[in-house]
Amino acid sequence: MAHFSLLVCVVIITALVFDFTNGFHDTANAMATSIATGALRPKVAVLISGVFNLAGAFLSTKVAQTISSGIVNDKLATPAIIFAGLVGAILWNLVTWLVGLPSSSSHALFGGLIGAVWVGAGINGVHFDQVISKILLPAVASPIIAGIAAMIATYLAYRLSQRAQEGPVTSGFRHGQTITASLVSLAHGTNDAQKTMGVITLTLISTGALASGAAPPYWVIASAGLAIGLGTYTGGWRIIRTMGNRLTDIAPPQGFAAETSSAAVILSSANLGFALSTTHVVAGSVLGTGLGRRLAEVRWSVAGQMALAWLLTLPAAAAVGAVAAAVAVRGTPGVVVIGLVALAVAAAVYALSRREPVTANNVNDLPPARAPHAALGTAT
Amino acid sequence: MYIDWSALGEVAVFSIGVSVGVVVIFTLGVVALSYRETETDRGGDGTLALTGAVLCFAACAAVVVYSIYLIVPQLHH
Repeated sequence: MAHFSLLVCVVIITALVFDFTNGFHDTANAMATSIATGALRPKVAVLISGVFNLAGAFLSTKVAQTISSGIVNDKLATPAIIFAGLVGAILWNLVTWLVGLPSSSSHALFGGLIGAVWVGAGINGVHFDQVISKILLPAVASPIIAGIAAMIATYLAYRLSQRAQEGPVTSGFRHGQTITASLVSLAHGTNDAQKTMGVITLTLISTGALASGAAPPYWVIASAGLAIGLGTYTGGWRIIRTMGNRLTDIAPPQGFAAETSSAAVILSSANLGFALSTTHVVAGSVLGTGLGRRLAEVRWSVAGQMALAWLLTLPAAAAVGAVAAAVAVRGTPGVVVIGLVALAVAAAVYALSRREPVTANNVNDLPPARAPHAALGTAT
Repeated sequence: MYIDWSALGEVAVFSIGVSVGVVVIFTLGVVALSYRETETDRGGDGTLALTGAVLCFAACAAVVVYSIYLIVPQLHH
């Protein structure tokens, strides 16, 4: 292992912290529907998801090698700018977790980096055409595709099984769900763990520790996989509750249809090089499966909040990243100030979350949030 | 700005097709299992229904295995 400066160590640790928040923010993507339908017990679900995340991180490093170079100019990025971008992404992830909003961790990361590079290195450092074709377009298209797939699949599943006995049908779909949920976790590991590996690799390249275009070293793959796996195991119960219970009520056939659609969209897009957000895809599937069963089942107010959070994610993380970069590029004192501010905000978010904790034990019971009009108020 | 509409269309057609296909086949498997239960309750053996269910689940398993193959580049390079 090469000898790193303190700043590079700080950036690597910050990237791993982001990876950890990515994990607990996105546990919901793979496991919310399985937990909501009772296919898996909450603790078992997050354990399976964490293990598959870790496995997924080792399977493929294709995304990691292309992640940051396309969206920002990697020649202009410095460790201080990357640090600022990561701070923007982490803070947005923490705040959205506190209010239980399933926003995209990938968009938070891209947003943070874009904002930080824009301020730290100039507007030419950001490839805006790439941002539109590689991020914004898939962000809009992927949940719609997943939603249509889940809607048709759910409708047909109910039509075909309506005359069969309910008992065996429900238990059959529950068993199927354990497999589809694991598949979504695996796909998540191959996508999201890669993003952190890409950022760490970019930092190492920017300081000359690695050659340009190098693959992530083994210790980077292992630590990124462990960080996201641990984050997933910790379980983002607040977001799981929103995704699994508040958006629509989910029965096992719907959970199976939603997870199958999510896995199909994530895998086929990754295969064709679209950097999409697993969060958006899963939310689209969950909405679609609600529509496929009965139109009125979807709580549109919750769906509207989620859509708003998606629109805000990239610009908000970019704004935080930009402010952080403006300070952090002023040398070591600037980095220290940003680090301390980030720690303070993180501590405050944690303290606020303890006032009304959501855990493995109460993730499925939410009598106050059942009323659609009360949705936003009860989550905070 | 270059937008690859055909790749986007490919993702749409492929993922909708595969999801609907897998869910329909899996549902048929589950329904077959439920008919087998009805048959055995009536004293029949339900072998035909069981065979159908096993075939359906095997088809779904094949799709899962193929998709894992797709996400691991080491397997096809």
